[in-house]
Amino acid sequence: MRAPGGDTRLAPGDVLLSVEGVSLSFGGVKAITDVSFDIRKGEIRAIIGPNGAGKTSMLNVINGFYHPQQGRITFKGATRQKMRPSVAAAQGIARTFQNVALFKGMSTLDNIMAGRTLKMRSPFFWQLFRHGPALTEEIAHRKVVEEIIDFLEIQAIRKTPVGKLPYGLQKRVELGRALAMQPDLLLLDEPMAGMNLEEKEDMSRFILDVNNQYGTTIALIEHDMGVVMDLSDRVVVLEYGRKIADGAPDEVKRNKQVIDAYLGVPH
Amino acid sequence: MFYREAGQYKTSYAADMAIFPLLQDRIGIAVILAVLFVGVPLFASEFLISTVMIPTLVFSLAAIGLNVLTGYTGLISLGTGAFMGVGAYACYKLTTYFPGVNIIVWIVASGFFSAAVGVVFGLPSLRIKGFYLAVATLAAQFFLQWCFVRVPWLYNYNASGAIEVPLRTLFGLPVTGPNATPEARYLVLLSIVVGLTWFASNLVHGRVGRSWMAVRDMDIAAELMGIRLLPTKLLAFAVSSFYAGVAGAAMMFLWYGGGEANDAFNINQSFLILFMVIIGGLGSLIGSFFGAAFISILPTVLKFGLPAMGVPLGGATAEHITYLVVGGLIIFFLVVEPHGLARLWQIGKQKLRIWPFPY
Repeated sequence: MRAPGGDTRLAPGDVLLSVEGVSLSFGGVKAITDVSFDIRKGEIRAIIGPNGAGKTSMLNVINGFYHPQQGRITFKGATRQKMRPSVAAAQGIARTFQNVALFKGMSTLDNIMAGRTLKMRSPFFWQLFRHGPALTEEIAHRKVVEEIIDFLEIQAIRKTPVGKLPYGLQKRVELGRALAMQPDLLLLDEPMAGMNLEEKEDMSRFILDVNNQYGTTIALIEHDMGVVMDLSDRVVVLEYGRKIADGAPDEVKRNKQVIDAYLGVPH
Repeated sequence: MFYREAGQYKTSYAADMAIFPLLQDRIGIAVILAVLFVGVPLFASEFLISTVMIPTLVFSLAAIGLNVLTGYTGLISLGTGAFMGVGAYACYKLTTYFPGVNIIVWIVASGFFSAAVGVVFGLPSLRIKGFYLAVATLAAQFFLQWCFVRVPWLYNYNASGAIEVPLRTLFGLPVTGPNATPEARYLVLLSIVVGLTWFASNLVHGRVGRSWMAVRDMDIAAELMGIRLLPTKLLAFAVSSFYAGVAGAAMMFLWYGGGEANDAFNINQSFLILFMVIIGGLGSLIGSFFGAAFISILPTVLKFGLPAMGVPLGGATAEHITYLVVGGLIIFFLVVEPHGLARLWQIGKQKLRIWPFPY
């Protein structure tokens, strides 16, 4: 697989995405209050926090699904306030979901191929004939998809409808579909929820491999602290929509406020 | 035993992505096409062609159209009948103004008019889904049907208020109008249906079809992957209405030979085609053919088959019994196989692959 497309001006370690003073509320409910952090190119950034802390809302803001009332988001140097999810996708942000959001009626192959849609350009006319440019394009993208299938070791389920797959494999196919977009920034919403130990180890390995081999920047939400501390380079901690800590895993682990948030405060 | 894929190795992605990857399937489709193009016109009776083959083909085309919208893109429409009507009237106007141009060109071109109308009525689909969209498309059905009756320009100010199909020829042979033989009409229709089915099959197996199914299965995820919802849905409406329009034009010009909108393009027709799609199998092109054949052949079989077998049936009774049996069979099939006849076909093929072993 080629290196992820997109901006080559950014060197590893430069700020890829920065969130500044973002606040999001639904009516009277404040989901996120004045949160700022950044994600650097090439790192694995974890977003953690107790249930309802606003982690998923944060991801939804980043990929344009929610529009924050205040604050700015800068991705690859371009600042934006509001954006359609499809535009975010075109800029190079991919995403997996907490509850698997695969295309259930389609095969594994078609699901991952669908992830290539943005990169397919052949005109409708040739699509009608499935010949010429349309067929060439289809074969070229099939090659990329097959590389992803090899990478994730899901060759055997290539033609199985994803609705029939066990949960762990569905999560893996979803990762494959996001990888097919060759994103600059990959958002993973609880990639290991509901998995057993072995599946978690597999998934952790894939996440590290994606990061190492393709240099993809990853932001992930996860509840398993062992996984988070092992995988991530930096961790941001949210509680009740506010940022309470930000830094290296060891730092965050010792932070008084973080410990209080997770274990409670004695009265 | 005969339907085995053993030994058929695919050595390229092109071979693996072929629409009929199995040799047996390719032979099968060639045999079916040969029978339809050569066997039927040579050996079938006029009765068989005009009461079984032609209706089945017309309905298949309409069912493919609705399947693109409902089966592949997940948008329910109850306006198919009206979109068929747009095609029929567009074809009538076009051939009236330009009688020199071949009628087959106009039958196919009339699909573009109905595609345009379909796109307009598809606009609400971005905001509303499911039952609500079905109700919105009902508006199309009633509004367009009103136009067909109330706008006399559409039927050329005929005294009858109906489409009167003129005589048009191809290579000197009449293909429309009262003098056209069933064989000629059948062959023209079959060519159109085969060509458009091939296009539909190419579309649903490629990027366009994947975008449609992505929107159907999980629209949020589709949008986050860069598939823009409105253009994708509108394209589905356009393609769907195009097929419906061609089916409507073909219905008027190659089957009915003229008629009034209130009979041919009413809400019953929309429901009938929706039933075909559901019984045949949502999201399956071959299912569209099964569904169309089932619904259009069954009444004929009951009407003419039962008396032939010695079951006496007369006039009104026959019609009532037909309704009863068709209704009963629809319920039976939906209970036995909710995914339609296409799924039964798939299961049958799977069984054949391992026959004579059970698994």
